[in-house]
Amino acid sequence: MGNKQTTFTLEQLDAYQDTTFFTKKEILRLFYRYRDLAPQLVPPDYTNKPYVKLPYELIGSMPELKDNPFRQRIAEVFSEDGEGNMTLDDFLDMFSVMSEMAPRDLKAYYAFKIYDFNNDDYICKSDLEKTVNKLTRKELTPEEVNLVCNKVLDEADMDNDGKLSLEDFQHMIVRAPDFLSTFHIRI
Amino acid sequence: MAHTLTFTFGPENVSQTPSPYDEGAVHDSFHQLIQEQSWLAEQELVEMQEMTNVTSRGRENLAYIVSPARQTEACEAPEQTEEHPGFSSATLRILASMPSRTIGRNRGAILSQYYNRTARLRRRSTRPPLQEVSHSARPSLRQLGIDLDSSREEEDTKRNLLVKELQSLPASQRVNMLQAMPLSLAEKRSLRQDSSGHSGTLRKPKTTAPLSHCSRLKYYVIIGFRNLWYSWLSFLHTLQPWHYSLKQISGRFGSSILSYFLFLKTLIMFNLFFFLILLVFVVAMQAAYPPATPNNETFTGLEPLTGAGYFSHTLMYYGYYSNFTLNDPCASGSNITRCWQSQDVHLPYNMPLAYLFAVGVAFIVTCILLVYSMSRSFGESYRVGSASGDLAVKVFCAWDYKVIQARSVGLQSENICTQLKECLAERQSRSHPLNLCNRLQRLVVLLLAWMISLGTVLGCVIAVYYFSEYIHQVHHDRLTRSMQTGNEALLLALPLLVSLINLLMPYMYNFLAAWEKQESPVLEVYIAICRNLILKMVILGLLCYHWLSRKVTSSKIKCWETYVGQELYRLVMMDFIFTLLDTFFGELIWRIILEGKKQSKQRPEFDIARNVLELIYGQTLTWLGVFFAPLLPAVQILKLVLLFYIKKTSLMRNCQSPSKPWRASHMSTIFITLLCFPSFLGASIFLSYTIWSVRPSEKCGPFQSLATIYDSGKMWVTQLEKSNPNLTWFTWIHQHMIQNTFFLFVISGILLSVIYLNIQVVKGQRRVISLLKEQIANEGEDKTFLIQKLHAVYGK
Repeated sequence: MGNKQTTFTLEQLDAYQDTTFFTKKEILRLFYRYRDLAPQLVPPDYTNKPYVKLPYELIGSMPELKDNPFRQRIAEVFSEDGEGNMTLDDFLDMFSVMSEMAPRDLKAYYAFKIYDFNNDDYICKSDLEKTVNKLTRKELTPEEVNLVCNKVLDEADMDNDGKLSLEDFQHMIVRAPDFLSTFHIRI
Repeated sequence: MAHTLTFTFGPENVSQTPSPYDEGAVHDSFHQLIQEQSWLAEQELVEMQEMTNVTSRGRENLAYIVSPARQTEACEAPEQTEEHPGFSSATLRILASMPSRTIGRNRGAILSQYYNRTARLRRRSTRPPLQEVSHSARPSLRQLGIDLDSSREEEDTKRNLLVKELQSLPASQRVNMLQAMPLSLAEKRSLRQDSSGHSGTLRKPKTTAPLSHCSRLKYYVIIGFRNLWYSWLSFLHTLQPWHYSLKQISGRFGSSILSYFLFLKTLIMFNLFFFLILLVFVVAMQAAYPPATPNNETFTGLEPLTGAGYFSHTLMYYGYYSNFTLNDPCASGSNITRCWQSQDVHLPYNMPLAYLFAVGVAFIVTCILLVYSMSRSFGESYRVGSASGDLAVKVFCAWDYKVIQARSVGLQSENICTQLKECLAERQSRSHPLNLCNRLQRLVVLLLAWMISLGTVLGCVIAVYYFSEYIHQVHHDRLTRSMQTGNEALLLALPLLVSLINLLMPYMYNFLAAWEKQESPVLEVYIAICRNLILKMVILGLLCYHWLSRKVTSSKIKCWETYVGQELYRLVMMDFIFTLLDTFFGELIWRIILEGKKQSKQRPEFDIARNVLELIYGQTLTWLGVFFAPLLPAVQILKLVLLFYIKKTSLMRNCQSPSKPWRASHMSTIFITLLCFPSFLGASIFLSYTIWSVRPSEKCGPFQSLATIYDSGKMWVTQLEKSNPNLTWFTWIHQHMIQNTFFLFVISGILLSVIYLNIQVVKGQRRVISLLKEQIANEGEDKTFLIQKLHAVYGK
């Protein structure tokens, strides 16, 4: 195969191709995007697997993420340390899951984690309130937010424990055909 | 401590074939949990250490100890006290290690879930049913008999089991399974490495035993195909045109407007396919063997608009194509002197057959592609039992992550805010239904609006009919008097009228809709689409009837097929010009007016439904005309490419993001259904009628001197039978299956019974879903009951 790049070894590219939804060209393109965020921190040669982590502020300043109200949660969910500082692996993983080839279940799993602000594997009422406030930029009154959260729990909570588990969330996502097209970042 | 407590449960009822529905049994997990109490006491020490080490990340509730990462073994600290007030620490500890609390956080849980999934995958050689894949997130404890704890050795065991399972899967399934796992990339890579049995490279196996030549060959073949497949995917990706433009559009306007441009791309693909088939089998062949008579007309500037004049005797229209075998000099009858020597014709090319079959095959393949994409799109957008649950779906699925421009993000927030408010208001208004007077008023308004719209459709249709008769009469008179002047311009009058109607009526329907004031915006869109569709299809139906009626086919026009082809070409061109005008006036001028007059930042909105209907209309014209003008798909491709750039530029400069909610995948399904049903079906009916029942013209085209176009096919079959007596089965098939209607009835009967079966299956699924929901609610109640009991026991 014609291989003119020296960033990755062939095995590394193969491994990335098998574990993400990207082709070789896209992986290289994403690497260059990653490198553009901090050219002095990221070496141009990844063949000996350097350990480089970009701080959250750089990730959050990407044009695809900078105006997204959930950008901090997205970075935290996909980062290894849970703080939003991402290695190249985390970066590729994030955009692979948010690409259009990822299956619905995988996206639903990560969407659940993103909306679970306190990381307790349940979307409880406080998580819901935070989500609604971020969605509407605090335009709704607190009573309206409360009403919305109650109605959401009424509709989606099936075992009546007052919070949404992963199964409840997945069951609701199955009923939403638009989810695949909205939970998608083009890079 | 709680060591002394003993609970007696019944023996575990282990079912032999585990099914995902069994995993809802919480009782057994409690049994195992209570048996782990001694282990839990040891873990308490570890927990205390971890609590001091882990830093909280500035969240509101400091009582919450959050797990630092998704990979590390996280032992959850006791649940927040406000949710379970007064529970003792022992109870809380047990609750904290319930299976439902440890799912998703613990790598072991994920791994065991995936081990089970692959094991199940292997046990049944077919694809696992849908229910199993999406709903079971709990690890099945039955199969492994492994406790759900997070000690390192257990994880390693599970991991090894998972690796073994992955190794036994075929390569492509393994890759798919790896890609779909919710683990980190490093984890996936190590799993891949271990399960493929090589040290990261799939090129040279490092097995100790020498492979036989056969398996080595097979191995290289598989690797070769895999590399080929990946390079094909990369190539396809570079071919993806307009990737950056689509990203820009979706970044500013979201998925709804993006769906219009994706639809446009789909149409270009369809037309390209059609054009390629016709190009290879019909156009290129005829171009290689031009007819003997030269083209008398001269090229005036008006041809690209009218399609007549110089273009009448070119490859563009039906009349140009020969009705004999192309490279056989005897058949054309032109050069008889060379014919009396019996020459063998090298690769004879029968033009009429090629013409008929190329168009027929292209239509059949387009039909298959359309039905396939329609069924796939329908499968994605329709869900059994998806009637309720609007608000939850809006909260979690309404935010479009593709939108990246700051102003559009702000607009999107406003949108969602408005939608949520509307939803709340709707819930409240549902509890106060309208009284009788209001309802009657609404009904009257609705009836009146529909009567007006149908009446206008009728009026337009009558106008088009009389106008077309008049134009035809005038054209006829001028032909008999052989006056060429002004003839071409006259021909443009009818397309002008049709396009004008198609441009102005939708605005009238918008006014009607504003007067009607429907409650739900979704219903508004449906009604608008319905009215526009009725108008366009009725006018097209009338024009088709006019073209195929006796007047045109037996009048003085020399070649009525070329005439019909030209009419359709003119309609396509006029449609394009009016779309340009509409974009210019509707968007640019309107924006200038709005900005100047009202001094507001409000800009016109891009009307998706109307634009998509225009695309469908243009495509219908192309499919109607492809038999009479084989180059029409090429014209349509050019038109669509230009339209893409013009619409995109106008959108970026003049429009704002949509303020109404738009269910993108649902509407895409509707659009492709509309493309299939009225549009393609109508064109196929028109084509079938032309082929089976209409007499082709005497002096031009590939089917001269035949009674119907289908006769050429029949002649070919009889010729085959004569030349090769062994092919009687072919003629038998032709006679009894294609010409006999009984076979068609049988096929329709089978289709209807399949549809009925599927309807029953869907009904059954609905019932199962409601039963399962009840079961889940009951389980939840059981769980709370048991927790209370537990607290009662431990709290003493």
